[in-house]
Amino acid sequence: MLVLKRLTLVAITLVAILMGGEAALAGLGQPSPWQIGLQQSASPVMDNIIWFHDFLLYIITGIAGFVLVLLVVVMVRFNARSNPIPSRTTHNTLIEIAWTLIPIVILMFIAVPSFKLLFLQLNVPPADLTVKATGKQWYWSYSYPDNGQFEFDSLMLKEGERKEGQPRLLAVDNEMVVPVNKTVRVITTGSDVIHSFAVPSFGIKIDAVPGRINETWFTATREGVYYGQCSELCGKDHAFMPIAVRAVSEQAFSAWVEEAKKKYARDEAPSATTVAAAQSTPR
Amino acid sequence: MATVAKAHSEDLPDHPHGWRRYLYSTNHKDIGTMYLVFALFGGLVGGVLSIGMRLELMHPGLQFFHDSHMFNVFTTAHGLIMIFFMVMPAMIGGFGNWMIPLMIGAPDMAFPRMNNISFWLLPASFTLLVISLFVEGEPGAPGVAAGWTIYAPLSTTGHPGPAVDFAILSLHLAGASSILGAINFITTIFNMRAPGMTMHKMPLFVWSQLVTVFLILLAMPVLAGGITMLLTDRNFGTTFFTPGGGGDPLLFQHLFWFFGHPEVYILIVPGFGMISQIVATFAKKPVFGYLGMAYAMVAIGGIGFVVWAHHMYTVGMSTAAQAYFVVATMVIAVPTGVKIFSWIATMWGGSLEFKTPLLWAIGFIFLFTVGGVTGVVLANAGVDRSLQDTYYVVAHFHYVLSLGAVFTIFAGWYYWFPKMSGYMYSETIGKLHFWLTFIGVNIVFFPQHFLGLAGMPRRVADYPDAFAGWNLVSSLGSYLSGLGALVFFFGVAQAFMRKEKAADNPWGAGATTLEWTLPSPPPFHQYNELPLIK
Repeated sequence: MLVLKRLTLVAITLVAILMGGEAALAGLGQPSPWQIGLQQSASPVMDNIIWFHDFLLYIITGIAGFVLVLLVVVMVRFNARSNPIPSRTTHNTLIEIAWTLIPIVILMFIAVPSFKLLFLQLNVPPADLTVKATGKQWYWSYSYPDNGQFEFDSLMLKEGERKEGQPRLLAVDNEMVVPVNKTVRVITTGSDVIHSFAVPSFGIKIDAVPGRINETWFTATREGVYYGQCSELCGKDHAFMPIAVRAVSEQAFSAWVEEAKKKYARDEAPSATTVAAAQSTPR
Repeated sequence: MATVAKAHSEDLPDHPHGWRRYLYSTNHKDIGTMYLVFALFGGLVGGVLSIGMRLELMHPGLQFFHDSHMFNVFTTAHGLIMIFFMVMPAMIGGFGNWMIPLMIGAPDMAFPRMNNISFWLLPASFTLLVISLFVEGEPGAPGVAAGWTIYAPLSTTGHPGPAVDFAILSLHLAGASSILGAINFITTIFNMRAPGMTMHKMPLFVWSQLVTVFLILLAMPVLAGGITMLLTDRNFGTTFFTPGGGGDPLLFQHLFWFFGHPEVYILIVPGFGMISQIVATFAKKPVFGYLGMAYAMVAIGGIGFVVWAHHMYTVGMSTAAQAYFVVATMVIAVPTGVKIFSWIATMWGGSLEFKTPLLWAIGFIFLFTVGGVTGVVLANAGVDRSLQDTYYVVAHFHYVLSLGAVFTIFAGWYYWFPKMSGYMYSETIGKLHFWLTFIGVNIVFFPQHFLGLAGMPRRVADYPDAFAGWNLVSSLGSYLSGLGALVFFFGVAQAFMRKEKAADNPWGAGATTLEWTLPSPPPFHQYNELPLIK
């Protein structure tokens, strides 16, 4: 009975995914028209980035506003008409010390949360799952070293390939799928030139450099599809190699893994190369 | 020195005429003029490229470029031309050549013939860059599309055609030109100041040039080394930047930004000097905190060499390295703040006359502050993670360079135009030019902050539809700025046509530096008797 229930749940989730469940989550995981701020957060790191950015925004708006006010005061009070005789003041030790020390204090107030955020981002916690993203001209390949021997390519959907509601230049054929509320470690490398793996809603961006393995991490706090774009100029189709991460429930993820193992199988059999080659041709 | 100076102008036959006067020129004012004309030309080409990019980005989808390769050729050429063939020639070659000898009371540059070759390397360099646009870069497509940063391996294996080689040679010549200029300026400033002009009596514009040319002297050779390694990787089988041969693509980024970060100060520090002169002139008040201003520039130049990797927070650097670069970068805000506040304090208590140069200067102070504070945001690696390689970065560096450096160039242009040409410009046209540009560039670049925060990557010819709104606004702003540029060129032509004679010192009691003691325009050779500074 229980097994049957679970299976129906998985089936419903899969159907929901296929039907384009992202319509309900529009605005999350992708930019929205006339947006003026950061994308909505879907990870603890992004929560912190948004908080820190807002904190900085208050400070920098204050500083720029202060300079603007001073300039306006100067222009109104000290123009040739209202102040025909200029003063000869060229020094004021107190004020010169003040405008050196006060910025230092402000910078120290910025540095403390800045470092906290930096350490949160860079100290990768023990991961539940690792995904390897390889940047290629001009698509991404994903493999799941913890979940079996499979790798698949993720190409941008072109005109006519997209379903209703899928965003132009962002939707891909094979999404990277991860379980929700699990710590995912992403390792990246580049196979030809440097690419950069970025998902704004997770607050991650990490270059995929040939000859190197870089790592970052995220925990998706909500189910949904999260889009990003390659963020290092990588040649002709740099604008056309998006990243799409689908966060699903744990059961749906396990079901997807089983399916992916069959679909993208890369066993050591001699036929492997032909299978892989067939997989990498765009559909 | 004095006798040499005396021997000129009155005793010698007239200066050469026609093309010989310029091609063979050893005269700092003629060479300065050639640099300025060259910079106007470079600015025109770079500006047309930027309008081309905004036309493409005005609406989603590909409109004018049939693929994004050519778009990225435009971004690359726009960057290189604006840096090497517009801002640097205008500020250092143009105003530096013209004004340093006049301001320190010297008859000419220390090495007049070297000055000639410094200039004439630039057209050659520009020609190489133009050639690179027409030979193969990426497979089957002409031009370098790797960005002005020409990161390996996109610039090596990613660009098999010879376009990158031409661009590298172009950069080599431009670098050699500026290194020769730097040596000339350093020697001139250290050795040819008029009697009594100690280092601490030099006008701040001369200080700013001294700091700048030291940055050039120390940074350009690093670029030359980096791009030579790129050249040998491309052509002679070395593997400096190829992992397969034991190299590392990130080595190129470190070398590039060790040059690249000082380079951005090379582009702005001469502007700091000009703003100091202009603000003091039109406030009719000496510069506030002269020593602080001079040593703030020295500090900015010095710290500028130890912050390069803040351009590389996402390459996978260690936590400790990122933390260091965060702190070092934020420290630069302190001397920069000293400069901003000292300019305001110079105007405080002054008697401001809102002539065109002062409008540009005040516009610069505010817009540079805006660009400066977004720089503080980007300095923090934690939040830069979200903003790296997005339009936020584009907005930031155009606020400090396009609305910063270029504003100072226009401020300097209007300030010294009467001195250099002997003619007054029209205040009406100058102010119209200012307001069109001020409004236009803010419409171009302020919305780009929003695009960057929302996640739009830079160097793309097409973007997801959600970014359409602000891109449209930004493009409309660029057409307005383009109109401003046309007004500028019209104003220049009009000033030369109506020939309204400029006084030796059109700015009155506030203009205290030596160039205003000379006739407008100055004689072919000045200071037959060296001025004595009390």
